[in-house]
Amino acid sequence: MTQQGVRWTADQVLALAPDTASRRAGSKLGTAGPWSETGSSDEGTLWGLCRGSGSTPYQTVIDIADSTGPAYTCSCPSRKFPCKHTLGLLLLWAGGEGTVPRGPVPDWAGRWTEGRRERAAANRTTGGASGTASPADPEAARRRAERRAARITAGAGELERRLADLLRGGLAAAEQAGYGMWEETAARMVDAQAPGLATRVRELGAIPASGPGWPVRLLEECALLHLLDQGWLRRESLPDGLAATVRSRVGLTGSAGGPPLRDRWLVLAQYDTADSRLTTRRIWLYGAESGRTVRVLSYGPAGRAPELTLPVGLAFEAEVSAYPGTGRLRAALGERFTLPAPTRTRPPGVSTLRAATRYGEALRDDPWLDACPVTLSRVIPTPDGDTWQLADAEGDSALPLTPSALSGPGLWRLAALSGGAPVTVFGECGHRGFAPLTAWPEGTGEAVRLC
Amino acid sequence: MNATSASAGAPVESSWEELVTVALLGTERRTPPAWAAGREVPVAVLDAAAVATLRRRAGMRPGRAAARPEPAAPDPRRPLPPAAAHRLAVLLADRPGTGAGRRGTAPDLMELLPQWLALANAHGFAAPAETLPALLDAARGRTDLRPAALAFAGPRALWLARLNPDWRFALRSLPGGGAALPGPDEPGRTEQLWQEGLFAERVALLTALRARRPATARELLATTWGTERAEDRLMFLDSLRSGLGPADEPFLERALTDRSRNVRATAAELLSALPGSALAARMAARAGSCVAVDRTRGTPSIVVEAPHECDASMERDGVVPKAPAGRGERSWWLGQLVEAAPLGTWPRRLGGRTPDEIVALPVTDDWRNELHAAWSRAAVRQRDPGWSRALLGAPSAPEAGGPGAVSLAERSKLLATLGPAERAEWVAGFIDTHGLSEAFQLLGVCAVPWAGPLGRAVVDALDIARDAGSYPWSFSGVMGLAERCLDPLEAGRLDALTAITDETENTAPGAGGYWAEAFQRLVTTLRLRAKMTAELTVPDP
Repeated sequence: MTQQGVRWTADQVLALAPDTASRRAGSKLGTAGPWSETGSSDEGTLWGLCRGSGSTPYQTVIDIADSTGPAYTCSCPSRKFPCKHTLGLLLLWAGGEGTVPRGPVPDWAGRWTEGRRERAAANRTTGGASGTASPADPEAARRRAERRAARITAGAGELERRLADLLRGGLAAAEQAGYGMWEETAARMVDAQAPGLATRVRELGAIPASGPGWPVRLLEECALLHLLDQGWLRRESLPDGLAATVRSRVGLTGSAGGPPLRDRWLVLAQYDTADSRLTTRRIWLYGAESGRTVRVLSYGPAGRAPELTLPVGLAFEAEVSAYPGTGRLRAALGERFTLPAPTRTRPPGVSTLRAATRYGEALRDDPWLDACPVTLSRVIPTPDGDTWQLADAEGDSALPLTPSALSGPGLWRLAALSGGAPVTVFGECGHRGFAPLTAWPEGTGEAVRLC
Repeated sequence: MNATSASAGAPVESSWEELVTVALLGTERRTPPAWAAGREVPVAVLDAAAVATLRRRAGMRPGRAAARPEPAAPDPRRPLPPAAAHRLAVLLADRPGTGAGRRGTAPDLMELLPQWLALANAHGFAAPAETLPALLDAARGRTDLRPAALAFAGPRALWLARLNPDWRFALRSLPGGGAALPGPDEPGRTEQLWQEGLFAERVALLTALRARRPATARELLATTWGTERAEDRLMFLDSLRSGLGPADEPFLERALTDRSRNVRATAAELLSALPGSALAARMAARAGSCVAVDRTRGTPSIVVEAPHECDASMERDGVVPKAPAGRGERSWWLGQLVEAAPLGTWPRRLGGRTPDEIVALPVTDDWRNELHAAWSRAAVRQRDPGWSRALLGAPSAPEAGGPGAVSLAERSKLLATLGPAERAEWVAGFIDTHGLSEAFQLLGVCAVPWAGPLGRAVVDALDIARDAGSYPWSFSGVMGLAERCLDPLEAGRLDALTAITDETENTAPGAGGYWAEAFQRLVTTLRLRAKMTAELTVPDP
C-alpha cells in the first residue's frame, strides 16, 4: 500500500470528530505551530509530537493504512475518540505537502503500529474461531438456539395479545396511556431476547407525540409489528430469504456468510445515530463494477465515535460479504486491498419515479423497510411551501424531503450546491420521503457531504 | 409523495379511512358488520391494516413538482485552489461559542478569517458552493465580517439568502442592497423606487447612486426634499458625505435654512469640509477675528478673544448656541468657529507662519488646549496632513503619551490623515518612548501588515514587558493585534522569544511560561498567515 494520492479534504477529516467541541479544538491544532517531529511513512503511518500544557508533548500516531480502517492512538488523557490531537495531525497531513514529511518511523510510533498489525493479522488467521466457524459443541449450540427461539415465540405471542388489546380499546386510549405502557412492553421483549421487537415497540411509544396524523402512523406501525410477529410465528412456511429477513428484524443477528465480493467501493455516505448506550455508524458503499449498494455498520459506546471511518467521496478496493436476508443490504467489510483515494466515479442515477418504484420493489423482500438507497440524477432542490422537494429537471415529478432532512444544515449545503441547477443526489428514499445524504454538482465536481 | 388509494382488493373489504376510524375508536365500540365472523376482530383489523399499509407504501408515486427556483446568477470568478479551500473549511470550523478557557499556543482561527477573506477577494476567487451556508452564518454573527464575507460569497449567496429568512441580512447589507436595486441604465425604475420604496430601500438606492454618480443622486434627492420628514432628511443628507464636492454647495446652502436643527448642523458640517465654500469663508472671517498674534511681548504669542455672543447668522451656519453642561459658552462657540474654518486661514492671519510654527507659539490665558483641540478636529475634517503633522508633534515628546492638548483618541484620528509609512514610523517612535500601554488606539489606525520598524518596536516593547516581570494578559490586546497585523516575515526573528526564561525575584510566578506560550502562539499564527497567503497566491491562469 502506498500513500499516493490519498490526501483527504478538511471536511473528511473534520467529519471524524465526535462532537463540535472536538471539531473546533482539532481545527485549531491543524497548524504546524504546536507540532514537532511530524512525519509519515509509505506504509500509511502518521506521527507527531504535540505540545500541550504539560512539559512533555503528547505522542500521536495514526495508522491510515490499517485493513480495518484508520486507527489512532495518543498519549493525551482525553476520553474523546479520536482526540483533538489526532484530528489536528490528520488536518496537518491533509493540508498539503511538506508539513508532514516522509521519513523513517520513530521507535515510539513503530511499536504501536507493529503491535496493532500483528494483532490484526492474528485475528485474521484465527478469524473464524470467534465468528462464523462451527462452534466447539454443535449440539449445545443447537439447544441454546432452540431455547432462545422458544423465548422469542413466547414474546411474540405476548406482543400479539397486547396489540389486540390495543385495537380492542382503540388507539385514542393509547395517547392517554402514555409512554410507560410501551416502555414496559419493550422491557418484556428484551427479556424475551428479541431486541428487534423491543426497538419497534419503543418507537411506537413516541408516535402519539409526533404531531398531526399520528393515529395513521401508529396504526401502520402496529400493523407492521403484527406482521413481524406473524412472520416469526410462521417462519417455517416462509421462503428462505424472507424467513432470514424476519429473523434479523426480530433481532437474531446472523453472521455475514455471503460469498465475498471484491469490488472498487465508492463511499457514498457515512452518518452516525446515537442513543443513550450506543453510537451506530451507517456507511453506504457503491461497487463500481458490480453496481451493488451495500451498507456497513459500525458501533461505538455512547459518546465515542465508532472506529470504522470511511471518508465520503473516496473509493477503495475491498471484499464485502452480505448478511442473510434477501432484501437486507447489510454487509460486512472484509479485507481491504487499497487505501481510500479520491475518485471520479459517481453512482449512476435514476429519476424520481424510478426511485419510488425501487422502494416499492424493495418492500417485496423486506416489508419492514423504511427506506432504500437511491441515487437521483438531474434533480433540482425546490422549495415547496414550508418544505422542500427534489424535482426532476425534466418532467414534473418530485419527491418530498423527509421532515428530519429539513431541519439539518445539509439542506442548505444541497441548495447552495445546486443554485437552481440540476444535481446528482444520493440518499434514502422511503415512505417518509427522501433523505439526501451526499450530492454531486453538475459537471465533474467532488462529492459534497450533506449529513 | 402520493399514495395510490387502496382500491377494493380481494381479502380486505374496507377502505383505509374506515380502518383508521375503527382502530382509533377501538373494535369494542365499532365493529364493521361486513367482517367475517369467527375471527378475532382486532387481529382481523391488524391483518387488513398490514396489507393496506404495504399496499400504500409500495404504491407510492412521486408528487407534482412545485415551481423550480430561478437559477442563481453565474459566478465568473475562478475557483479556489485546493489548499485554500481546505484552509477555508478549517477556518469556518472554528466557530465561536464552542470552546472556552485559556488560549494556549493554538492560533485563534476566527480572527484570521477576515484576513483570509480580504486576500481571497483581492485575488478574485469564487467561494466553493458548499461553504456558502457556513459563510453566511459567520457573516450573520459578525457584522465586521459581513462586507468581505458577502463579497466573497458572491451572487449565489444572495440567491440562497432569498430562500432562508435567517440570511435576509445579506440582501440588506450588500452595497446598495443587492440585485434588487435598479442599474444606472434604468432611470424609470430608479424614479419609481425613490417615489414608492420603503425608507431602507430609498437610503440604499441613494447611497448606491451617490457612489456611482454623485450629481444624479443629489438631483434625485432635490426632487422630493421639501416633502420628506425631518429624520428622513437627516439620513438622506448624510449620504452626501461620500463624494462631497463643490457642486454640492448650493444644495447644502439651502439646507442651512432647514426647519430641523439637526439637518442644519449636518449641512453646515458638510459645507465646512469644503474649504472653498461661502460658509467656510464666513467661518474663517469669524474665527480669524478671535485669534491674533501679539507682537508686543518678548516672544510673539497667540491671543484669543472668544466671541461674546452667538448671533442668528452664526446659528444659521450651524453653530450650536447652547454649551453642554460644564463648558463655558464663549469657549464652546470659539471651538466651533475654529473647527469649521478652513485651515488655510491661519498662515495668512498669523504672520505667514507655517503650521509647525503656529502650533509652537505660546498661547495666552490658558486658551492653548481649546485652540489646539479645535485645530485637530479641523485637520481631521479637512484631511490636512500638514496640520496633522504639526499637531501630532514629535512622538518622543513627553506630552505625547500623557495628558496634553491633544488626546490619544484625537491623535489616532490625526494619524489617519497621514500616509501609511509616516503613520507607522510615528507610532513606532511613540512606542519606543512611551511603551505599549497607551499605544493600543494608535496601533489600530496603522496599515496591515505593520511596517518593519513598527513591528520591531512592538515586539521589543513586549519583550521589555516580559523582562519587567508582568503577566502577558496585561498585554493581551496588543498581543492579539500583533497576531493579526505583524508581518509574517518577522516570525523567524521571534523564535528566540518562545523559550521559557528563568524567573527572577521580581517576576510574577509562572509568568515566564505564560509569556513563552503567548510568543509561541504569535509565531504559530504568523507562520499560518504566511501559509494562508501562499495558498491564495497562485498565478492567474
